[in-house]
Amino acid sequence: MSDEENKGLLSPLRRKLLMGMAAIPAITMLPRASFAQAPATSAVNTTGLAVTDTEVTVGILHSATGTMAISETGSIEAEKLAIEQINAMGGVLGRKIKFIQEDGASDWPTFAEKAKKLLVNDKVAAIMGCWTSASRKAVLPVMEQYNGMLYYPTFYEGLEQSKNVIYTGQEATQQILAGLNWIAKEKGAKTFFFIGSDYIWPRTSNKIARKHVENVLKGKVVGEEYYPLGNTQFNSVINKIKLTKPDVIFTDVVGGSNVAFYKQLKAAGIDLSKQALLTISVTEDEIDGIGGENIAGAYACMKYFQTLDNPNNKTFVPAFKKMWGEKTVIGDVTQAAYLGPWLWKLTVEKAGSFDVDKIAAASPGVEFKGAPEGYVRIHENHHLWSKTRVGRAKLDGQFELIYETADLVEPDPFPKGYQ
Amino acid sequence: MINSRFFNRSELMGFIALAAVLFVILPLSLDVFRLNLVAKYLTYAFVALGLVLCWGYGGILSLGQGVFFGLGGYCMAMFLKLEASSVENTKIQSTPGIPDFMDWNQITSLPLFWQPFHSLTFTILAIILVPGVFALIIGTAMFKRRVGGTYFAIITQAVAAILTILIVGQQGYTGGINGMTDLRTLRGWDIRPDHAKVILYFVEVVLLFACIGIAQFIRLTKLGRILVAMREQEDRVRFSGYSVANFKIFAFCMAAVFAAIGGAMFALNVGFMSPSFVGIVPSIEMVIYTAVGGRMSIFGAIWGAILVNFAKTSLSESFPQLWLFGLGALFIAVVLAFPNGLSGLWADYVQPRIDRLFASRKSKPDWKDNSVADGAPAE
Repeated sequence: MSDEENKGLLSPLRRKLLMGMAAIPAITMLPRASFAQAPATSAVNTTGLAVTDTEVTVGILHSATGTMAISETGSIEAEKLAIEQINAMGGVLGRKIKFIQEDGASDWPTFAEKAKKLLVNDKVAAIMGCWTSASRKAVLPVMEQYNGMLYYPTFYEGLEQSKNVIYTGQEATQQILAGLNWIAKEKGAKTFFFIGSDYIWPRTSNKIARKHVENVLKGKVVGEEYYPLGNTQFNSVINKIKLTKPDVIFTDVVGGSNVAFYKQLKAAGIDLSKQALLTISVTEDEIDGIGGENIAGAYACMKYFQTLDNPNNKTFVPAFKKMWGEKTVIGDVTQAAYLGPWLWKLTVEKAGSFDVDKIAAASPGVEFKGAPEGYVRIHENHHLWSKTRVGRAKLDGQFELIYETADLVEPDPFPKGYQ
Repeated sequence: MINSRFFNRSELMGFIALAAVLFVILPLSLDVFRLNLVAKYLTYAFVALGLVLCWGYGGILSLGQGVFFGLGGYCMAMFLKLEASSVENTKIQSTPGIPDFMDWNQITSLPLFWQPFHSLTFTILAIILVPGVFALIIGTAMFKRRVGGTYFAIITQAVAAILTILIVGQQGYTGGINGMTDLRTLRGWDIRPDHAKVILYFVEVVLLFACIGIAQFIRLTKLGRILVAMREQEDRVRFSGYSVANFKIFAFCMAAVFAAIGGAMFALNVGFMSPSFVGIVPSIEMVIYTAVGGRMSIFGAIWGAILVNFAKTSLSESFPQLWLFGLGALFIAVVLAFPNGLSGLWADYVQPRIDRLFASRKSKPDWKDNSVADGAPAE
């Protein structure tokens, strides 16, 4: 895969072709956008948003600095790529998208402050942003009070649903259940050991996983351990793993801790080609830091891998690399962030208006056929229908697709029997 | 001479200038969004005020003021969170009527220590008493054993780290790293709309001036003189028969209570509270505001808190990576070049010019009188 890309980019003609192809997924919408007369601003914007006859302003709100910058940069890049592609096709309702980027600086009150600035001072029509649950929780009251529209890209714990948010990542049951079913069936796994970072997302995810293991799979959880964010000492838990010998290590350790965790696992002699490990928190971005040789053989369960073999992804990946450099990798969240501007554009066109209330009402049922992960559709509950996939980490830091659900998985942010 | 007037002339000018800016100039010139930001900066001014008493006058450097800011803020946030978690607001949860983060953590009934926070009276008492008593315990444990200086600073820093870990770890009871978000009403009064923000701003400024009054009163009494004496020559005070430990405990508790009031106002103005205001880094930032403004000067420290935070908002937008280095450099520069901070610069360079201006218009005896009064508070 990567060889093929390298060769392709050597040829300028090929590169141009790829650029053009990047816009193909959205070509279905082209006639409507370019042939129809752009409707009058007064008709499509009745609530005083920053919409002119030629432009519409949206906000991008991520951490460009601080500890989360390493994770959120991919999202910023994906959103800018999507906006550029939409503009190249004529924009939204005949208006080019202009964006104002604000830095949340990995600090939750700053996120709230900047979200308020974007909505109150800049009157943006939508905000693409946030990454951690903590930042979303800080921004949510602001979105609801000032009636904004947030497109939130990260897979998260669920237990939330708002008129003012579209969740373009997976909620916990969507991400976890299919993966556990697969590993139980494929590996005959009966015993599980849970390791997570200590905050709401891993705790909720593990709660859901535990209920599923105990009640549905009739297996057993032999250990459950949490470590503070940024922890780098995993020796004691690795010893416990060696003692309990679980069939599967199930992890949702986040951020920089992953580097220490996988290196120490390897140093302790746990061979991931023999010991099954299922992670829901390691994407291609994290492997960049961990190093492919330390994690090769581990399974990851999410909705997108950079190596997905479908026409949409084959135009998306080169377009992304063209814009942001050959060395960039694209993880699950980056792809979900890419969906944000597109879903917003499609919803605006469906509603025929930029008004937040109309967009919120028109969102259910909006489908995006050009999604790099395949096809997605917005559910009544403002989450996305999407497939769940299991990949195996390779030495080169990419995932090899092992399994995907046959159908789209329904998002269920308030799962009955799992709370 | 010193006790004869509550403020000497230069302090009176400082008082009038601050009152004019906070009560008149800022509310008239800023929109509500910016005014709300100023309200946020002012919550740190309470902390700075406490540090002037405890560090500037008492010589006790505390690197853990975030603990008290956090305790006050969390007490307020618990009350607001309970009110926001009414049964009809939370009917989507598996256990309606408890804060959302408890529901996420499988807690099915309100923990016992949350129960009294249904009452506003209890909450207001708790905002003062919880940090006050906590400071009393730490202070008694440390100062009675004559632990001071650097050791005390390190211990306060450890307390800040411990409290952060506790809050993050006990997320079912505290909201964990997300903190307590989505605070809505105070006794049914919505704290989120613009007019409420303006009212809260003025309430906060009035409280700040009340605290300035208390701090000034303490400074001018014999107690204030003993604090200064203790800072300069602790043993001599002890040999004179004073209980040094008790005075230190008092100063530390006052600083804790001021910080807690700031924290409570923070929760009201910003609408949430999280462990990121409790830990070591915010605690050190609080010391930096005070040092930059001038740890010997009540008004200087308040200006320091406002200006440094204002700079943080505006500079962090333009130079995000450089901002923290800038803050560090500022602190080093303050310590090395002008140890009395902005107020020291003012007293050394600006005040003499103003005095000269006044002197040229006034009669000679009056000028002499003022110069004595100006000299005195600088010690």
